[in-house]
Amino acid sequence: MTDNTKINVEPLKPKDFSSGLDVRWCPGCGDYSILSQIQKTFAKIGYQKHEPIVISGIGCSSRFPYYLSTYGFHGIHGRAPALASGTTLALPDHPVWVATGDGDLMSIGGNHFIHACRKNMDIKLLLFNNRIYGLTKGQYSPTSEKGKITKTSPYGSIDYPFNPISLALGSNATFVARTVDREPKHMQQIFEKASEHKGTAFIEIFQNCVIFNDGAFDDVSKKDVKDDHMLVLEDGQPMLFGKEKEKGIILDGFEPKAVNLNDGKYTIDDVIVHHEKDESGILAFILAHMTDNPNLPTPVGVFRSIRKQTYGEALQEQIKNVTEEKGKGTLEMLLSEGNIWEVN
Amino acid sequence: MEEENGKEVEQLQDVTVMFAGDSGDGMQLTGSQFSNTTALLGNDLNTLPDYPAEIRAPAGTIYGVSGFQLHFSSKDIHTPGDSPDVLVAMNPAALKKNLPNLKPHAMIIVNIDAFTQKGLNLAKYESNPIEDDSLKGFRVIPVHISKMTETALKDTGLSPKDIARSKNFFALGMMYWLFNRPLEPTMKWVNQKFGKKPVLIDANIKALKAGYYFGDTAELFTTRYKVNAAKLPAGKYRNISGNEATAMGFVAASLLSDRELFLGSYPITPASEILQYLSKYRNYNVSTFQAEDEIAGVVSTIGAAFAGKLAITSTSGPGLALKTEAVGLAVITELPIVVINVQRGGPSTGLPTKTEQADLLQAMYGRNGEAPVAVVAASSPSDCFYMAIEASRIALKHMTPVILLTDGYIANGSEPWRIPEVSELKKIEVPNPPAPEDYQPYLRDENLVRPWAAAGTPGYEHRIGGLEKANITGDVSYDPDNHDEMIRIREEKVEKIQKFIPELEVDGDDEGELLVVGWGGTYGSITDAVHKAREKGYKVSHAHFRYINPMPKNTEEVLRRFKKVLVPEINKGQLAILIRNKFLLPVIQYNRVRGLPFKSSELEDKMIELLGGKND
Repeated sequence: MTDNTKINVEPLKPKDFSSGLDVRWCPGCGDYSILSQIQKTFAKIGYQKHEPIVISGIGCSSRFPYYLSTYGFHGIHGRAPALASGTTLALPDHPVWVATGDGDLMSIGGNHFIHACRKNMDIKLLLFNNRIYGLTKGQYSPTSEKGKITKTSPYGSIDYPFNPISLALGSNATFVARTVDREPKHMQQIFEKASEHKGTAFIEIFQNCVIFNDGAFDDVSKKDVKDDHMLVLEDGQPMLFGKEKEKGIILDGFEPKAVNLNDGKYTIDDVIVHHEKDESGILAFILAHMTDNPNLPTPVGVFRSIRKQTYGEALQEQIKNVTEEKGKGTLEMLLSEGNIWEVN
Repeated sequence: MEEENGKEVEQLQDVTVMFAGDSGDGMQLTGSQFSNTTALLGNDLNTLPDYPAEIRAPAGTIYGVSGFQLHFSSKDIHTPGDSPDVLVAMNPAALKKNLPNLKPHAMIIVNIDAFTQKGLNLAKYESNPIEDDSLKGFRVIPVHISKMTETALKDTGLSPKDIARSKNFFALGMMYWLFNRPLEPTMKWVNQKFGKKPVLIDANIKALKAGYYFGDTAELFTTRYKVNAAKLPAGKYRNISGNEATAMGFVAASLLSDRELFLGSYPITPASEILQYLSKYRNYNVSTFQAEDEIAGVVSTIGAAFAGKLAITSTSGPGLALKTEAVGLAVITELPIVVINVQRGGPSTGLPTKTEQADLLQAMYGRNGEAPVAVVAASSPSDCFYMAIEASRIALKHMTPVILLTDGYIANGSEPWRIPEVSELKKIEVPNPPAPEDYQPYLRDENLVRPWAAAGTPGYEHRIGGLEKANITGDVSYDPDNHDEMIRIREEKVEKIQKFIPELEVDGDDEGELLVVGWGGTYGSITDAVHKAREKGYKVSHAHFRYINPMPKNTEEVLRRFKKVLVPEINKGQLAILIRNKFLLPVIQYNRVRGLPFKSSELEDKMIELLGGKND
């Protein structure tokens, strides 16, 4: 950041990032943990209050900006990525964080989401995925599993869900990650990595809705199962899981398989090593779709992190180049364009 | 009458020419080249491009006809001309479509090579109009435009298809000869346009010259015409279309307010050119964002306004409908944005390439909740420049969304514009927020305007959004009385703009029998009609709205000084509804919604009828 206001300023504490408003999420909501980890991360990164701009759409998650002491904008349903695009292009030196939910981003805002990723807008998209519409009180969402019984699907939802990680990868997001509301340390690590990323950073957060979809992620993240059902991705490390890290993921062709390293058939050398900088994105896609396979653990961590010129950088580069070529525009210049003749 | 090379030269005051052909024939280019050259000669002019929505409709059909009407004169004019004096018809369909609108005894130059059996069939002619007597009374000049272009270009090495595409330049050259125009401006343009393709430069210039020399040597033309320069006020001039003027106006507003310009937009006919023009102004620090849809266009604009930019979005009617919810967000967050609506025929997709004024009530009221915005309208192509500055000034000074209405006719049409001196353009003062310790997001100044603290500024951190806000503090508030108060404040804030806008002016007597009241792009037709009626001795005055919400403060007083008020609109009476509602005044409507500007003659007839006369 080129901001010199930072010099000689006391570093802020997590509580300094609280706006002081009463937080009105339901008791036990996963959003509390996300808010707390964001405040800790902002303090750790060393942000001043005027630096990050926090933008949201509509839904429970989108109340987020009101609870932070930074600049915040609570937008309209689905449009947070577009709002954030305008803000980041206007303020290229400020980090723009977006809080959004599965209805907001995957349904009404789907178009804005894919295009923000495609354009590599320099924004951080936090998807609070609880697989349900909360604020409208319990209808199925674009990430709800098929067959889910809700108020609008009394006989079971007949929709196939989106895989948000796959959608982000397919839209060419340059940073794609997943974390879990139950894992505050992991969440902070991911937020910190996202803060260092220039370009679209997409983070899916498994977030529990205690009222309308309680326990939606218990299969993955509950204490007693998480060792076996969650694969923590680490760059450059073999993909191991299980209580004693005795299990690993191997590739059979393009198909990932879970194997036990103790049964003598496979060694750690057979286990695939994670490489988040893989430009092709093939490995990231394979990992993304492990979530759909009940026989495989669900990966969390950074799926992909590559550096590409952002939309804002390209725009500033054009402004600089054209200004060098044509000279900085003035009113006199503007009013002398075109085929001019004089009347006396 | 002078004579030149054995041909008579006739002085004309005023001519309307129509170039018409297939939508692939290059008629828009031909028309705009003729306009630019004519402007450089100092004529006053006004144009009406009229083209189908299809890019290349089936060749030879009537619905595929693309036309460019151009009115030029040695005096001050305001319309593209009611009826052409000269028609250049590149095929039978172009003739058939335009024949009903020609002046009696008009000159018709036809590309006779296109009048084949197939061409006649496509235009649904049962017999050849050139050979039967259906064109009796007109001066028909059949020219082998296609064949002569082929002959002229046979050695260029171009394909027959490319040669056929050059025939518009032959026609243009011929018209340059007929109206005594120089070839140089078009030759210069050809050189610039095809700089890297010498073969195309050569071919186009050859075709142009072949047409010119044909006029000179052929026996078909016995007369050529001269239209002297108009006596325009002294100054520097250029020809300008409404869309280009709009784009330039916002760049000027950015420089005048010292706020960088941001445009978030999505391509839509007939507004796309504004995005195209503004994309070129990178060296003026202009950021353009071609968004994924109309909604992202306006929402990104709001995001940029939050960050302190002069932020605008451009669209046309259906796009404004999509932006509706977001404009409401800008109303409740009280952020300055400008939404440009280049109106076209509606509803729905309607008539994308035709003009209309039917979005006035959409601009005024088309949002959920009580959501007042300022509304202004440009009245001519060059006025788009000034109204873009005015729209920006109102938005930045009053922290409100402003809708700037233009329309397809003035957006695509062009006229000579006296370029203002820099000193004629007033700075846009943008109020600064109070010191951080005194700052609250919804504090109010004497005009009820809240302070604008751009996101990212140290010390002014605040949160805004679509939920109702408590006045002053800006905290979310569900309090019933606060909501009632905020609704009144937002309305009064827009009304207070009235103190800062010019009064409604009257062209003609200040009081009397009849006042014609218009708004936006009908300015030219109404002005022309009023002046003609006055020349015939009728007492009629004209007032034209450029500021519609709020209206100028003397509006009611002006309207009540006349016994009758006539409101012509290219809609079903939307300004009439506003005036009746506001002032309980009985106004007389005149409404034709044909996708075309009014003819001044129809308005003149209506005025004279209301004054108890009869127009002959």
